[in-house]
Amino acid sequence: MQREVRFAALVSVGRHPITGRARRAEYDARAVELALSSTDAAQVSLIHAGEDASESLGALRSYIGMGLASLDLLRQPPGADVVPALEARLRELAPQVVLCGARSETGEASGMLPFLLAERLGWPVVSGLAAIESIDADSMTVLQALPRGQRRRLKVRLPAIATVDAAAKSARQSALGPARRGAIRLIEEAVVEDTAAATWSVAPARKRPKRLKIIKAASARDRFKAAAAKAEGGGGQVISGVPADAAAQVVLKLLREEGVLR
Amino acid sequence: MSDIVRRDPRVEWIARNRLHPEHEVVMAARSGARVAHWMGPNGVMRRDPHAIGFIGPNGLRRIDRSGAQVGGAGAAVRRTQAAEPTRRIVSIEAPAFFIAVVADMPGGRLSAHDRDVLGLARQLADADPKAQGAVALILFGEQRDESLGDAGADRVMAFADARFDAYSPEARLAALVAAEQTLQPRHWLFPDSTLGGAELGRRLAARLKERPAVQLWQVAAGQCTGRGAAGTTDITRPLPRIVLALPECADPVSDTRHAAAAMDEVRLAAASPGCIEDLGAVAVDPAGVALAEAEFILSAGNGIRDWDGFHRAAEVLGATEGASRVAVDNGHMPRHRQVGATGTWVTARVYVAVGISGAVQHLQGIQQCDKVVAINTDPGCDMVKRADLAVIADSSEVLAALMGQVEQFRGEQRHAA
Repeated sequence: MQREVRFAALVSVGRHPITGRARRAEYDARAVELALSSTDAAQVSLIHAGEDASESLGALRSYIGMGLASLDLLRQPPGADVVPALEARLRELAPQVVLCGARSETGEASGMLPFLLAERLGWPVVSGLAAIESIDADSMTVLQALPRGQRRRLKVRLPAIATVDAAAKSARQSALGPARRGAIRLIEEAVVEDTAAATWSVAPARKRPKRLKIIKAASARDRFKAAAAKAEGGGGQVISGVPADAAAQVVLKLLREEGVLR
Repeated sequence: MSDIVRRDPRVEWIARNRLHPEHEVVMAARSGARVAHWMGPNGVMRRDPHAIGFIGPNGLRRIDRSGAQVGGAGAAVRRTQAAEPTRRIVSIEAPAFFIAVVADMPGGRLSAHDRDVLGLARQLADADPKAQGAVALILFGEQRDESLGDAGADRVMAFADARFDAYSPEARLAALVAAEQTLQPRHWLFPDSTLGGAELGRRLAARLKERPAVQLWQVAAGQCTGRGAAGTTDITRPLPRIVLALPECADPVSDTRHAAAAMDEVRLAAASPGCIEDLGAVAVDPAGVALAEAEFILSAGNGIRDWDGFHRAAEVLGATEGASRVAVDNGHMPRHRQVGATGTWVTARVYVAVGISGAVQHLQGIQQCDKVVAINTDPGCDMVKRADLAVIADSSEVLAALMGQVEQFRGEQRHAA
């Protein structure tokens, strides 16, 4: 693996699901972990766009505590569209690989940011990275996480943006001393207001209504039968008193029908 | 047999009139059954109590003394109709607008999530009866589903080119942009599913410079509600053009049948080499897959005597190993392999329980499994009642036989390939 490849990790301020306190965001921390396990810490730049309030600075420092020297803070007021600022900064830094979490833990959390950046920069974007296998000058080979623990190998041309979610390696611990010593560079970028989001109404999440089991039947008798039926009708097939070979044949048939034998 | 019911008013009249001299003969001819009563040889009237009445449309014997309703050929026709509730057939010739739905189609079939999104699309298309919209379903790759019309699709646009077979987000995006130009849909709906609609929908939104509503779960009166901030907030806003919806965002279509007419193919530009190349699936060690997301689990309980044989069977079948609490407590399996309410809640498609009697906690843990196979010596245990397929036999013998047959099956496959 080449050591000259430059990484940028886009990080955000997360929110603890129970206490509600600012923390490093779970997926963003995994993105930083992936970058640090692929190259030297000196080749990784951390970028955050947001306000420089003391609470969020504490959360941002915990990314530095993972073994980095500094973090670039693009100063943006709350409610600003951070995509133009990040785009300008990425054009300036020109990293080969940009890593970020799949979606943030606060705000709209639409997960659109990597796609918008990729569209503006004209770079490819891949989602759901599990690991980076190899990187050379103009392409990288990555493993993409599929549902049910499966993996897919992709070759992506560089520069590229990749998002990380729960399938990637969990983030290393953040050390307090290095986190406090690390530098946060304040960078002023142009501010674009997000006017559309200001008109939305945001409320704490309501519990979603449970779907009712609706019985469609033509006759009263069918409706009654459906309503009176037990939830788990013992409709299973029971095989007894047959030799093991014959029983195994039936099980094998089911496994083949379900397509779980590879 | 034709569906048209031919009526004979004279015969019906005789059937109603029990005093008519031909009544018995007509009733016997109509029901095809025995005569209900007749004069015996000694001048005593004999009756056959089983011959009266007729079998009604629901399979029950009905006795109608008024003679108004009699069974016959019509009853059989009515019975077949009653078995399946009829769907109203809807065809929309000149739609006022289109609602485009891009389905995931895992394995070439509509998923439950796809059907929910199609139900939402139907809601949007049918909102205004004066300006009826049509739902255009956009599919990639080979499709094997014959119930697209039942799911609510008026038009189907299938991109079945070879370039869409593997992971091909760039080619698919180009196809969607071409579809945007021909259809000009009022809304684009995607299922918000990882690596399916979630990714493609966001790519399209970025390309079309539209701001999508994601994690959407409710649409009402032009406003939509979706989850924000990692599921902790609800964001309500006017319904945008591109929508990424969660499962159960709407009820699937259940009472209408739509045309699902194939649309003219959109001509696509020649495939250009993309920036992302799919190098294929990677073989994953089933033992390394987390139990909660494993697809195929072979689970062991207290009934197992031959543990080496069990581990070998899991290896041969390519299954992830699970265990009941007793097997874990006895030290036969590690704690992180425990299935059930006190261990891991599993979502496997096939769950094979070997020697597990099925404690309530264990059955709770396997609630979401599609197919459960039980191999057990006790035919009365709860696991056998829950299982879709239960084998009452000695587990080690069945596992040994199964291993042999699987190896033989694999050998045949290799031979054929």
